[in-house]
Amino acid sequence: MTRIVMLAATAAVLMIAAIFFPFLELQVGGLSRKSSVFDAITAFSASGMLPLSIAVAALIVVLPFARLVAIAYALGPMALGWHPAPQAARAFRWAEATRPWAMAEIFIVGVAVALVKITGLAKVTPGPAFWAFAALVLVTVLKDSFMCRLTVWKTLEERSRS
Amino acid sequence: MENARRTQSVLTARRAGLVGCTTCGRVHARQAVTCRRCGSRLASRDTGSLQRVWAWLFAGMIAYIPANLYPMLVTSTFGKTQQNTIVGGVIELFDHGSWGVALIVFVASVLIPIGKFIAIAYLAVSARSAVVIRGHGRQHLYEVVEFIGRWSMIDVFVVAILAALVQLDFVATVHPGIAAASFALSVAFTMISAQNFDPRLLWDAYEADDT
Ligand SMILES: [Zn+2]
Repeated sequence: MTRIVMLAATAAVLMIAAIFFPFLELQVGGLSRKSSVFDAITAFSASGMLPLSIAVAALIVVLPFARLVAIAYALGPMALGWHPAPQAARAFRWAEATRPWAMAEIFIVGVAVALVKITGLAKVTPGPAFWAFAALVLVTVLKDSFMCRLTVWKTLEERSRS
Repeated sequence: MENARRTQSVLTARRAGLVGCTTCGRVHARQAVTCRRCGSRLASRDTGSLQRVWAWLFAGMIAYIPANLYPMLVTSTFGKTQQNTIVGGVIELFDHGSWGVALIVFVASVLIPIGKFIAIAYLAVSARSAVVIRGHGRQHLYEVVEFIGRWSMIDVFVVAILAALVQLDFVATVHPGIAAASFALSVAFTMISAQNFDPRLLWDAYEADDT
């Protein structure tokens, strides 16, 4: 339980770093361009596809982040041996329901594919945010594999009753 | 092994007059409406399930058509504009010799979506009957479909990243095409379709045969 909360907290910090630091740097001849994850999100809105922009933002940033917060909120007090916070069950249920929609790890594979696509065209260097994001995915996968949802539900129920 | 087909009457929650929560696994009396542990709504069988599965599945299939006809990427290099569809992008990667990546994109944007349409339709059609693939096979198929569907989003993210990164004015610019939006919708619709499927339906046919 403690381990999950720690991992969730680590992931949240990495997430913030991943969004704002430059993600990839592209160089062609003398020209260079740095993009952050934020630019990838707004890329669609520039071409008149604002709804898609919002959807991408939700899938790779907002949802994963909100899930981390919800999980930390639901499990944090229990890791310390306290009573669960009010609405902890609701927060955890929400985190479970949105799991298929948090697509950070898919985004990373997408980045890899995109890199191969443009290697012929230009030189691309991953920035600090890229590593933060990759670490984030790793931490999230670890966290999900440590977490047994049935145990969490059982503990939530027992602690809130006593 | 001879008895494997006809297992000694398995006691299902429904026959025991109980209902299990699909979110947290807690078992309640049949009359319960919401789960006391997690607050989810309870239903012994989700009766509207198949209808919703079909509706979302068709929406997904329809959205998949423009996704293949319209360009996914619009690239302009030194004033020349080139439009790439999903399949066009795969072929181009293949020509460049990036076999591995071509394969990933092909699997994620062609094989998985089409395989998913077929798999969901098959599950929905066969849900209430005991057909060739027995319960376990179909349960696995359902789990695979649910797990793998989201990976189709790769191509949408690739387009987003390229469009963000490759903005070098005259030398090269990349813009997303309409197909990116309809492909994203198609993937989302099929995901919703799969989530609406109630896997418990797959087992009901067997309950009938051993009573
Ligand atoms: Zn429940």
